[in-house]
Amino acid sequence: MEGYVTRRTTGPLRSLAVLWVCLLSSPGCDVGAVHENDAVSTGFEWPSSAQLDADFHVPRPPLSDETFPCSDCHDPEIPVNRQRRELQMAHTEIQLRHAEWGRWCLDCHDAGDRDQLRLASGERVPFEESYRLCGQCHGDKLRDWRIGVHGRRTGSWSGEKSYLLCVHCHDSHDPAFKPIEPMPGPRPPRRTP
Amino acid sequence: MTTHGTFGHFVVGSLREVTRGGLLYWGWIAGLLVLVGLGFVAYLGQLDDGLQTTSMRDQVSWAFYIGNFTFLVGVAAAAVLVVIPAYVYHWKPIKEVAILGELLAVASLVMCGLFVMVDIGRPERAWHLIPGLGYLNLPSSLLAWDVVVLNSYLALNFVIATYVLFSLFRGRQPRGWIFTPLVLLSIPCAIGIHTVTAFLYNGIPARPFWNSAILAPRFLASAFCSGPAVLLMVMQLLRRFTRFEIRDEAIWKIAELMAYAMFVNLFLLGAEVFKEYYSSTEHLIHMRYMFTGVDGKTSIVPYMWLSIAASVAAFLLFLVPWTRKNVVTLNLGCLLIWFGVYVEKGMGLVIPGLTPDTLGEIYEYFPSRSEFLISAGIFSVGFLLFTLMVKVATPILLGEFRVTPPARPTDGATPAEAT
Amino acid sequence: MNEANGVSRREFLCAVAGCTAAAAGSCVDVTHTPFFRERLRELTPDELGAIVARLADSYRERYGRDFEIGTEPAQDGVEFAYALDLSRCVGCRRCVHACVEENNQSRDPEVQWIRVLQMDKHKGIDFAHATPYYDPETVPEPGHFYVPVACQQCRNPPCVKSCPTGATWQEEDGITVIDYEWCIGCRCCISACPYGARRFNWADPAVPDEELNTRTHVLGNRPRPRGVVEKCTFCIHRVRQGLYPACVEACPTGSRKFGNLLDPTSEIRYVLEHKRVFVLKAELNTLPRFYYFYGT
Repeated sequence: MEGYVTRRTTGPLRSLAVLWVCLLSSPGCDVGAVHENDAVSTGFEWPSSAQLDADFHVPRPPLSDETFPCSDCHDPEIPVNRQRRELQMAHTEIQLRHAEWGRWCLDCHDAGDRDQLRLASGERVPFEESYRLCGQCHGDKLRDWRIGVHGRRTGSWSGEKSYLLCVHCHDSHDPAFKPIEPMPGPRPPRRTP
Repeated sequence: MTTHGTFGHFVVGSLREVTRGGLLYWGWIAGLLVLVGLGFVAYLGQLDDGLQTTSMRDQVSWAFYIGNFTFLVGVAAAAVLVVIPAYVYHWKPIKEVAILGELLAVASLVMCGLFVMVDIGRPERAWHLIPGLGYLNLPSSLLAWDVVVLNSYLALNFVIATYVLFSLFRGRQPRGWIFTPLVLLSIPCAIGIHTVTAFLYNGIPARPFWNSAILAPRFLASAFCSGPAVLLMVMQLLRRFTRFEIRDEAIWKIAELMAYAMFVNLFLLGAEVFKEYYSSTEHLIHMRYMFTGVDGKTSIVPYMWLSIAASVAAFLLFLVPWTRKNVVTLNLGCLLIWFGVYVEKGMGLVIPGLTPDTLGEIYEYFPSRSEFLISAGIFSVGFLLFTLMVKVATPILLGEFRVTPPARPTDGATPAEAT
Repeated sequence: MNEANGVSRREFLCAVAGCTAAAAGSCVDVTHTPFFRERLRELTPDELGAIVARLADSYRERYGRDFEIGTEPAQDGVEFAYALDLSRCVGCRRCVHACVEENNQSRDPEVQWIRVLQMDKHKGIDFAHATPYYDPETVPEPGHFYVPVACQQCRNPPCVKSCPTGATWQEEDGITVIDYEWCIGCRCCISACPYGARRFNWADPAVPDEELNTRTHVLGNRPRPRGVVEKCTFCIHRVRQGLYPACVEACPTGSRKFGNLLDPTSEIRYVLEHKRVFVLKAELNTLPRFYYFYGT
């Protein structure tokens, strides 16, 4: 796999490659790590994963004490039901509008450990690293997010920055950005009589 | 006699001249003083409350004041340009014509300065424009250039007029080798001030309406229409009320030259209109705002059509020899062209240039009461200044007001003959 | 201005202001008063310090608040640039109001450095059909997109070129700033600016005392007088301390990107390298440091 990436593909091709690597690689695939060896011909230095982690801190995911840990309710003794169905006992508020034609709860939530998420590879990831799950499909967004171009950053342009997780802005079950109320517009100028 | 004594005599004599006049004269002076007072009070209000007392806003941030300024730069320039025909056609009263032009230029430039002063947000900081004391951003700022050329031109005209009048007052003929080069120098300077003022607008690519190469020629053409119109009327007044000898032929010749200028002015406007409407790019919107209005916003449209109608009518009156030579139609034409150019420069240049603004917003500017009052006040200052200067200059030019009371000329000769 | 001129100017001002100078103390002090001082960009650090101290005193007197007036100069190796993702901006105007509060813009009369324009999707970037006055229940409105416009921090700024007194200039880090005590309020810069970025104080700017942001920079968001021009400075008081501009932090969609153009690892360089960017009114050759791009 390394050989594939070090062909130094650039631009959209590279993001495809990243996606491809993620989808096919063994557990432990890390986009940042892949790029550590990826010297881009444009002169752009891709920061290493370690640098990124040092440069920003990700806030806690937006989980409430009522809903987390999930294992409070999801007893491992209950048999796993992988059937697509209308939920009636709990989570009835969730309307899945996120590639719902081909996806169901346990594609992302780990059946074995309800307090963790699950990558396509089967690797478990904590909610704190949910961006890795999102990045499986949205590789270009993950790339842009890591560098700070997708999503809001606060803090210092030259130093420590804060990120938000994907799920801070996007409802993971219905991720389209929702319309919001605008703040007041300017007052049109008025002539003096 | 010492110069000091001469000057004292000059001051006393001048005061005597300006305080001598009939009912009409005093009515005129009183009317102007009332307007000056009203304008001054309005300006105090503007100083108190800031420029919010005008109708200018960020969308249209130059307007009536700067339009008047631009128009008056044209008057100042063209007043002196009347000297050209005087030279070319060897008119006898050339010195009188020249001096009247210089005095009109001085009055116009004083008004220009006042219009700039009332337009700026911090008039007390105007000293920042004085090189050495402040900082004049040369060579890049066109307004900085305008400050330089307008002040130089004011100084030049002031020096010429003062030199000639004071020489005559002291009973000496102004020396040709001083007078002639200075007058000749003032001619390119006159073209210069109006060109630089045009470039002030012309050099702004953000405003496509102004960013047209024929803007400076248009400025000059319109100035050649409006400036001489004032002089024509002044010359007729002087002819009627004083012993000034100005022959009909001179007036008709100026009127004829004005007709050519009016044609060029209309032609250049037509060229501009064709270019905009035929190419019909996004830049057309400014001209549409001027002639038809945009989205029902039409507050300046009637003025623009009135201005064009007046300019065309004046052109026709001046074109036909009979109406050009008829006193009534001649003066009607002068008033029409004055109005036409005034509206074209005052409203038609500045407002559509800024409307819609650079982000596409249409704010319908119309001068506020305070702007009208202050502008009327400034015009009154200018007219007052011009009246008083002419009141003093006329008897000097006629040889009636001298340091030593002259013997009344018996042969009817005017000093002009000496040139 | 050379040294000789500077001295003679100072002497002249001393002569002009003889009485006030005598009252205020030494003659040199006169040029440190807000009225008689030189342009900010010509002052030595010491002189600037003295000016800033006087400004702070006058603000305390006027607003009853202690102001921190920064004088940080541009840093070496830093050139600021901005990028705005038009595919993400929803036109919510959070940036406008964050900017107003951060930068002490007058509430009434209203001064706003950012103008968010609503445009038609089928017309593209077309100012003639844009409006800043849209007022729906929620944004974005179907069929529309939004283009926030503020100072584009041009490399070739027409405003600086047009200023007759040199009261506005471009700093080493690319920010065009205004000396509020030197500006005469002629508004040449407003006419010259192709982006409607400059605002004039038509009346006394009014900010409620309790809403004043007392963290300021002498070239930026400190309280302005009436009759002068003001504009976006990329939040010079923040960015010269390493912080993001207020609008960047306020944007709920993360559309606003800011950083150092000279740092190859900055997000702004990433945008330039990996997205296709454009600038407004490129034909005017103003060479903005404010880029627009489509993140998706």
